[in-house]
Amino acid sequence: MTISRRTLLGTGAALGQLTACGSNTGRDGGSSGGSGPKLSQWYHQYGEPGAEQAVKRYAAAYKKADVGVQWRPGNYDEQTAAALLTDSGPDVFEVNGPTLDQIQRGQVVDLTGLFEGVKDDFNPVILAPKTYDGKIWAIPQVVDMHLLYYRKSLLADAGVKPPKSLDELVDAAKALTTKKVKGLFLGNDGGAGALAITPLYAAGLSSVTEDGEVGFDDPAAARTLGKLRQLYADKSLLLGAPSDWSDPSAFTQGLTAMQWCGLWALPAVKKALGDDFGVLALPADGADGKPSLPVGSYAAAVSARGGHRKEAKDFVKWLWIDRTDYQEDFALSYGFHIPARLSLAKKADKLKEGPAADAVRYSTEYGYAEPLLWTPASRTAYQDALSRIIKSGANPESELKSVVRKVRAELDRVKKKP
Amino acid sequence: MRRVLGTQNRTLWFWVFVGPFALGLIVFTYVPLAWSVYLSFFDAHNTVSPTDFIGFDNYTSMLRNDAFTDSLVTFAVFSAFIVPTTFVLSLALALMVNRTRRGQAFLRSVFFLPAACSYVVAALIWKLSIFNGVRFGLANTVLGWFGADQTAWLSTTDPPWYWLVIVTVRLWLQAGFYMILFLAGLQRISPTLYEAAAVDGARPGWQVLRHITLPQLRATSIAVALLLVINAFQAFDEFYNLLSNSSGYPPYARPPLVYLYYTALGREQNLGLGSAGAVLLALIIAVVTVGQARWFGLGRKED
Repeated sequence: MTISRRTLLGTGAALGQLTACGSNTGRDGGSSGGSGPKLSQWYHQYGEPGAEQAVKRYAAAYKKADVGVQWRPGNYDEQTAAALLTDSGPDVFEVNGPTLDQIQRGQVVDLTGLFEGVKDDFNPVILAPKTYDGKIWAIPQVVDMHLLYYRKSLLADAGVKPPKSLDELVDAAKALTTKKVKGLFLGNDGGAGALAITPLYAAGLSSVTEDGEVGFDDPAAARTLGKLRQLYADKSLLLGAPSDWSDPSAFTQGLTAMQWCGLWALPAVKKALGDDFGVLALPADGADGKPSLPVGSYAAAVSARGGHRKEAKDFVKWLWIDRTDYQEDFALSYGFHIPARLSLAKKADKLKEGPAADAVRYSTEYGYAEPLLWTPASRTAYQDALSRIIKSGANPESELKSVVRKVRAELDRVKKKP
Repeated sequence: MRRVLGTQNRTLWFWVFVGPFALGLIVFTYVPLAWSVYLSFFDAHNTVSPTDFIGFDNYTSMLRNDAFTDSLVTFAVFSAFIVPTTFVLSLALALMVNRTRRGQAFLRSVFFLPAACSYVVAALIWKLSIFNGVRFGLANTVLGWFGADQTAWLSTTDPPWYWLVIVTVRLWLQAGFYMILFLAGLQRISPTLYEAAAVDGARPGWQVLRHITLPQLRATSIAVALLLVINAFQAFDEFYNLLSNSSGYPPYARPPLVYLYYTALGREQNLGLGSAGAVLLALIIAVVTVGQARWFGLGRKED
């Protein structure tokens, strides 16, 4: 076969276009067309219909810069972590953090100045993990939380009341398990990932104390985690569901009577089950325990490697501090989240009744936020140990001892940094 | 001009054809490799241009790390399952297809087709349709007809059913490819050898297979065994897609590449430690491959 010059040039042009696609940073396409510099803004992929169009609409309304929005499916945290190492990453990005290492390495820009006069209007529980060294490194967009959904009719049929302690939860899950329906779904890994450190807080402990010490070097931790093993050993847990814990399908399809899921799933559950459900925090364990659930927030951060840091800061201030109408729309019109601003959360009608009102109340009474000092390496070591305790019946005391050692080493490492 | 474009200027044409590939190899393989070795001697959290030199600390902490040594055990278990099963199955398929008189091309295509399927797609089919843990999964539906309880194939560690899922998906994907290699080897065996054996009274079947076919397939068998072991070391796609979820990866069935991915490129972003692990893994693969090749006598002149 002979290749003509025209074919060769055509192929070259096509390859050039493909390469251009590969290096797309969001600065082209889907942009606002506003005057001024081009900014790229990244979001992780939300499942709720309409959310992508909404954020593109907000970007288009900004006139001082040409903001291109990228909606990024896949492993978003890994994508942003890698992009922050280069100059071709985003200018503004949504982050479930930032992590302490990202802050200490100077990968994100200090946004403290943007909070002048409005800092007290942000939920303090979720602002704390965005704060390091007295500075704020990201603007919380919405508050999210995990909670325990239960099906009222199934509990009533089995003569079970909503559990008030971890022991009652273990008993309830067992009583609710039949040949076709499991009692409880904590994720396909048995709860190691979804529950994570919540059981420690339910036992009255913590992952890292406010003084920066290990918060679970205590026999109560082993006792509580042993109860998660009990759930697994009783065969009360749903395992191997087609979608994981963050999707309410297993609960709405009747595969399980109770499920640990997010507040975001509330509209879907309500649509499928009407009023036949209630929500709870993870019940308390032991005399010192209290009900517990994690609250957290995706936040807007500015990359330190971006070429337009000042313009990017102006844009995030406009979107996530000044434009409260967009913030309310983003939190409540698509999925279901609590606005990060206390003033907006107070006046939101959708949060005033039924399970949604309960969820908001739990978030203020029982919510905890994952501390900034709980680094990814500590989290992995802990989740691995929890998985071995739950699934393999490993001894909780010895597993936790080894995790405490690793977490101490991590805390020493990050405390040494400037 | 004529001299430059003439057929005699071999140096120029050598670089025109080899240059782009050599450049690609240098830029995308050798430079990252050298950079990775460089990073392995630094504390490189969230950076590729580190400043804190720490010597061999990353290497010692990686070797003392239970998660890394466990990942090597996972690899050993995985290859103990996958290498012999793929070897035997692909050889059996090749012998069967080679002997079939009718529909040989059809059977070859049928057995080879899975090799064209993506590991990711196959892993998702295995995870979501065949081996999901609820009552409407294919495996559980079939077992349900016999009154068995539903099994959470990928979430049960006692017994470790996840190995069944991991091994069968790879077996399905790669047996057809190695079958083709064996077929090529089989077709190189001279028919006169079989005729001579028949004249000498060798019984067709096991005796001919043992004394004629297998010794003649020695070179192909060695190549297949080497490729299978190296492929097993590189296992990532099906493990990652079968077992990981949004919260991470379970501590069991975590092969070295998955572990290093989470250490270096996951949220941990410890590029120094990950690089040290990658260097150690590369050394282990090199030692095992060279050792295996010498043991098989690869490259040794036939007596």
